Amino acid sequence: MVKTAPGYPDVLFIDRHYIHEVTSPQAFDGLRQRGIPVFNTQRTTATADHNVPTKDQHLPIKEALSRHQVETLRKNCKEFGIELYDLGHPFQGIVHIIGPELGFTLPGMTMVCGDSHTSTHGAFGSIAFGVGTSEVEQVLATQCVLQSRPKTMKIEINGPLGKGVVSKDIILYIISKISASGATGYFVEYAGDTIRALSMEARMTICNMSIEMGARGGLIAPDEKTFEYIRGRRFAPAGAAFDAAVESWKQLVSDEGAAYDEVLTFDARDITPMITYGTNPGMGMGISDRIPTLEELKEISEQTSFKKSLDYMGLSPGQSLLGKPIDYVFIGSCTNARIEDLRLVASIVKGKRKAENVEVWVIPGSKQVEAQARQEGLDQIFEAAGFELRGPGCSACLGMNEDKVPAGKYCVSTSNRNFEGRQGPRSRTFLASPLTAASAAITGKVTDVREILG
Amino acid sequence: MKEKFTLLNSTAVPLPIENIDTDQIIPARFLKATTREGFGDNLFRDWRYEGEQTPKADFVLNDARFCGRILLAGKNFGCGSSREHAAWAIYDYGFRVVVSSFFADIFKNNALNNGLLPVVVSEAFLQAALRAVTENPATILTVDLEKQVIQFGLQQEQFEINTYKKTCLLNGYDDIDYLLSLKEKIRKFDTAHASR
Repeated sequence: MVKTAPGYPDVLFIDRHYIHEVTSPQAFDGLRQRGIPVFNTQRTTATADHNVPTKDQHLPIKEALSRHQVETLRKNCKEFGIELYDLGHPFQGIVHIIGPELGFTLPGMTMVCGDSHTSTHGAFGSIAFGVGTSEVEQVLATQCVLQSRPKTMKIEINGPLGKGVVSKDIILYIISKISASGATGYFVEYAGDTIRALSMEARMTICNMSIEMGARGGLIAPDEKTFEYIRGRRFAPAGAAFDAAVESWKQLVSDEGAAYDEVLTFDARDITPMITYGTNPGMGMGISDRIPTLEELKEISEQTSFKKSLDYMGLSPGQSLLGKPIDYVFIGSCTNARIEDLRLVASIVKGKRKAENVEVWVIPGSKQVEAQARQEGLDQIFEAAGFELRGPGCSACLGMNEDKVPAGKYCVSTSNRNFEGRQGPRSRTFLASPLTAASAAITGKVTDVREILG
Repeated sequence: MKEKFTLLNSTAVPLPIENIDTDQIIPARFLKATTREGFGDNLFRDWRYEGEQTPKADFVLNDARFCGRILLAGKNFGCGSSREHAAWAIYDYGFRVVVSSFFADIFKNNALNNGLLPVVVSEAFLQAALRAVTENPATILTVDLEKQVIQFGLQQEQFEINTYKKTCLLNGYDDIDYLLSLKEKIRKFDTAHASR
């Protein structure tokens, strides 16, 4: 904290700033108009991810506006002296995947990016949150943002996970319980033995979706798993500096008996594989449950929006989704495109073939994830199954590049948002885990992964 | 310097839908521009148009009865993506105030950074305003930032706003001006925390 003063928001110093092509051009323009440089070029990392094609990445981008946006990022990074992991660079990828992977994301850091899923980095015990372009400009110009202190919420999950249940199901379950706005105004700490037992990549999936319940950010106290994940990463401290860093990172735990504005507790045994049925991430349920009826809604005022949502999805109140035919499966996004996610998918599809009615896109989170997948032979498993393994990017998570789900079609997606038109105009999204998405790819319909696992 | 905001008297456009996310306000495929202007044309694009150019008659922005510089919307307005383009689109279209019973954090901040005032009212006030405007589109709402009061007919309500942000809006100040004034202090902080 650089400055706190009564009547003013706090001036928060940002240790690491991530930028990409979509939310940065207007910020650089702002610097140009004021005639000022980037405050500290070493603290900003850039990549192209939101708007890049996932096929033929070595060729010039076909779509003129997308090409212009990526070229503008290139020009801005060069002019202002910022390191860019451009299309084709071995470190390129989704900004929230490459940060941790390269060892930029470290415990205790403050981090922002002009992207709401910046909360992903909270898995390392860092304070990470999404900002708008005006704030991107502020960080470029001064390495600071203005913040008011958020309320604090602790979400504790204890107990073992059931068969076919992974971290994506945990977070979809929590959001379904507290709604898409249940944590607005809060910073969330995830705790409990279920969280402790998760790998770092699984923890990132949880923190990633904090924004989907409205939280400004979500974090998990660092532990041995965190330190081991960081050890040896390209830009992480090494040798004695690493050991010293670990000693300080160990201090980053909440005090025993710390007071929170809100504490929620869940039992992991209650969680089954999850799927969403509506047009916000709070509209989720256990895969063998039924969509609520209008009478089951908490408030009458919700009925209009609920009906609008189900109309859009082509679904009815009280309906079960099991056996519902689907058209697309998207494995990707900053939520679920790390190597462990691809391994989960491979574990289901190995030796099997996708259903005829389904098109399957596997979009790795980064060049490094892609390389690792190929090294492990996952590409061959996917190819034999009829899945398409492409180049990295945000892709069909937000339908900004050409990877769009056509109007009226259903997609089981490992991404984070099921908003109307999110994956393409009039597209319909079912959010689910990599296991559930892989199961749907094989059967061509919404399927309970536990039946496949036997 | 931004446009100043002090007081607004205007008719309003009612949009009684909850959880309006920023993908509805401005779909991702329209985020490819590298300037801040022109996003208003694509505001609520997929609710406003059928296909490429055919306006949907049943959407409120295509309903000639409703116009004005105030947007009334259901709770949790602006959830989802952090795209500031959502605030730019609403502003560019001509709105200067959005009234809801609840805003998503990032949207609220983005709006305030662009001279668009998010006014948080009680659910009861919101529903009353939506009813009044729907029944009589000529209903005038008054938003007084100095006094932090929103009013129509005989109904009025106080609204909260951060004192600093209020000063910025009233005077057209930018956050960045304030931050730049602290540059030396920030430089020292940066040097002292170089290892982080």
